[in-house]
Amino acid sequence: MQLIFEKSSSGRQGYSLPKSDVPKADSLPGKYCRVTQANLPEVSELDVVRHFSALARLNFSVDTNFYPLGSCTMKYNPKFTEKIAALEGFSSPHPLVPQLSGGGILAQGSLEVLYHMERLLSEITGMAAFTMQPLAGAHGELTGVMLISAYHKSNGSRRKHIIIPDSSHGTNPASAAIAGYDVVVIPTDKSGSFDMELYKKALNNETAAVMLTCPDTLGLFNPKIKEIADLAHRVGALMYYDGANLNAILGKCRPGDIGFDVVHLNLHKTFATPHGGGGPGAGPVGVSGKLIDFLPISRVAKKDDGTYFLDYQNRKTIGYIAPFYGNFAVILKAYAYILALGREGLIEASENAVLNANYCLSRLRDYFDLPFDKICMHECVFSASRQLQNGVHALDIAKYLIDKGFHPPTIYFPLIVKEAMMIEPTETESKETLDNFIEAMIEASKLSEENPQILHSAPLTMPVKRLDETRAAREPNLRWKP
Amino acid sequence: MNYIPHTQAEKQEMLKAIGVKSVDELFKDIPAALMPKSFDMPPGRSEFELMEHFKKLSGKNAAGLINFIGGGFYDHYIPAAVDSLASRPEFYTAYTPYQPECSQGWLQAIYEYQTIICELTGLDVSNASLYDGGTALYEAAMMAVRLTGRKKIIVDSGVSLIYRTMLYTYTSNLAIEFIETPVVHGQSCREDIYKNLDDNTAAVIVQNPNFFGAVDDFSDITDRVHKKGALAIASVYPVSLGILKSPAEMGFDIATGEGQSLGIPLSFGGPYLGFIAVKKEHMRQLPGRIVGATLDQDGKRGFVLTLQAREQHIRRERATSNICSNEALCALRALIYSCLLGKRGLQVLAELNYQKAEFAKSILGQVPKVMVKKSSPTFNEFTLELPKNADEVVTAMIAKGVACGFPLGRFYKGLDNYLLVAVTEKRTKEEIVKFAKILEECLCS
Repeated sequence: MQLIFEKSSSGRQGYSLPKSDVPKADSLPGKYCRVTQANLPEVSELDVVRHFSALARLNFSVDTNFYPLGSCTMKYNPKFTEKIAALEGFSSPHPLVPQLSGGGILAQGSLEVLYHMERLLSEITGMAAFTMQPLAGAHGELTGVMLISAYHKSNGSRRKHIIIPDSSHGTNPASAAIAGYDVVVIPTDKSGSFDMELYKKALNNETAAVMLTCPDTLGLFNPKIKEIADLAHRVGALMYYDGANLNAILGKCRPGDIGFDVVHLNLHKTFATPHGGGGPGAGPVGVSGKLIDFLPISRVAKKDDGTYFLDYQNRKTIGYIAPFYGNFAVILKAYAYILALGREGLIEASENAVLNANYCLSRLRDYFDLPFDKICMHECVFSASRQLQNGVHALDIAKYLIDKGFHPPTIYFPLIVKEAMMIEPTETESKETLDNFIEAMIEASKLSEENPQILHSAPLTMPVKRLDETRAAREPNLRWKP
Repeated sequence: MNYIPHTQAEKQEMLKAIGVKSVDELFKDIPAALMPKSFDMPPGRSEFELMEHFKKLSGKNAAGLINFIGGGFYDHYIPAAVDSLASRPEFYTAYTPYQPECSQGWLQAIYEYQTIICELTGLDVSNASLYDGGTALYEAAMMAVRLTGRKKIIVDSGVSLIYRTMLYTYTSNLAIEFIETPVVHGQSCREDIYKNLDDNTAAVIVQNPNFFGAVDDFSDITDRVHKKGALAIASVYPVSLGILKSPAEMGFDIATGEGQSLGIPLSFGGPYLGFIAVKKEHMRQLPGRIVGATLDQDGKRGFVLTLQAREQHIRRERATSNICSNEALCALRALIYSCLLGKRGLQVLAELNYQKAEFAKSILGQVPKVMVKKSSPTFNEFTLELPKNADEVVTAMIAKGVACGFPLGRFYKGLDNYLLVAVTEKRTKEEIVKFAKILEECLCS
């Protein structure tokens, strides 16, 4: 499809701006003015509408396709939350208003949302308090590691390393490293769990924290999780909970009860806010009591008269993680979702997410290798290694699924599973949808024996065929030029 | 409502296929001792009840204030087409375009967005966006540290205090030395910057317009910075780039900024949009997602995520950044907004902002005992010196329906009587005159 720049026609206008109603002032002196104008496209409003409507139709999305992208929790995003976030009273307030003296009273609606959401998330996770500032999951990780660092520093030494399993999300080691820590990687043992012997050896009084995802990225709940936490605490290390997989355990267990000290949540996963094509998300961070004093400022607090205000008095605070109070509109949508589901709805969400994942697992286990063959939580990880014997890769299966109208599972992650295919169906998908997807997977498995060429040439029904990624990296073309 | 489609019969069929009797059996790996100590959540509510609840709640935020508050986040008009197009679910319910063949719409949109950012800044390469202007500035600073192997950064105090605080927070464990240089008569103090600039300096960071609203030509500074082998970084306000000298024209190596002004609602602080653009030679040190054009098997143009060897999912602890998402939907809004404005519209919009602010300066300058700081030219935001505490004036004026600006004393010591006033294209002559009138009343009382 043509780029919007290629549709540009010199002199065409798509803007509607008011005429100046003030007397003309002297122009800005030339030395401050740009010489070369930004070459934005010159198009009409209808050109723009047609262009982006056409682009939209080139995407798979949750609203149009089953999207079992493992680790991403692509559940249905209820529409009413969009309407709430668009209410003028929420979308228009300037974030500096409550920072004016007496300004808090002008933002009571938004402050109440933040205050209550903090309480709800604390109850869901069993943590003492939350900061809403982090703007995404990885941003929450960085915040969490910085809190851990500040805590240890206040006890004399910030310690040297963070222990992370080899099955972790790539963001875990990256966040630890960016916050200035060495990363010690613990391999996964044959049963799919964290290797306890190696863990015990790695753990010492230079361990700042142990970062875990639970259930882990294989979709498995580690029954020894409490023991792992207790061992860490014994050497004074803190426990970090990567909340990417929280959708498996709502109302079933809480990171705080297990002994985790820091938790980040992905509101766009568990709490159904739209993924927006890559963002915006929100990654609030919860902490146990001993870390509250280090939380970023400001925090929303409540006065005796019931009004809410911004509290900047956290003495040991690490500072600002975001310019204001987090991705407010995203937090608002997640808050509305939690209120809609309520206690029972949240528990049912997890139960059905786990049911759907196990249904996929059971019906596909005869066709694909299952590296860790046991009941899974909200997602299951298969390997295409059997299909590889016929030269068929996980990638080929993924591309075939696209032709069948399904967004593929996450492939090649976790890194510890060869030819990994990570399926996370979520609770909002019906049995028919799962059955259709399962049939397509089974067909792919049969084709890998009978006619692998079909898989190699997929997809054929999309606007483009397979793209040359090597060329893209070797000869980077990252912007349009006339 | 829980949005779960299964009937009891379907559930039973599925459990049977799995070979278990109940859903509880699927949770057997969670030890009984780890059952929640409490899960005291409210009962679910209907959509109707919640809509009513939230309408009421949104009414507890002050509405209808005439807004002259800026401070890096601006009340610009958002064309209806931006909301309409960005609300298409094929955009907002998709995720990161890992599978390019079924994500060409998103990938092309991001490629176009990258082009827009390059055009605005004049620089060569951009990425798929970052969280906000503050995190973008932090990523730029870290790029400079990696590229130069040096650990000292000079930050002009005209850079937003919010961003400076974020910068110091993020780097608190990294032994990076920050030196703040003063703003004198609204402008960055060259003397102080040059005094501190040495062979250990990784970067000099400035902001244009700076937090006081002053516009500068930093060409002399970037020149000196380059002679020392350091990088020059600018945080910029994109709407101002309709008339202001671009970062590239002033010789900057990296430009970052907050993209909220490009069609994104203020929404009480987010979501917003961080953008970054760099000279081509620094491309491989960029953080985050990048989209590139390539060809498919038939030689047809298509788009993919590229240069991924920099990123966390491959490089893990050696990645250029831990970021794994972007603010795609906000980037899309900025792209649509920029396309609607077009080349001429952006200039007209910027000129309109400038003209309105100049008018406001002239009217407010006539209020007795009020001084407009005139030592530097400004774009659409400027500083007033009042005869009394600006915070008190702001409070008094809000009671009369005018959010007249941001009191600088909140961020800068000794500036208690100074008020930062922003005037966008949305402010009418009538509103500006009303501002002056009420200000005069407040100062007399």
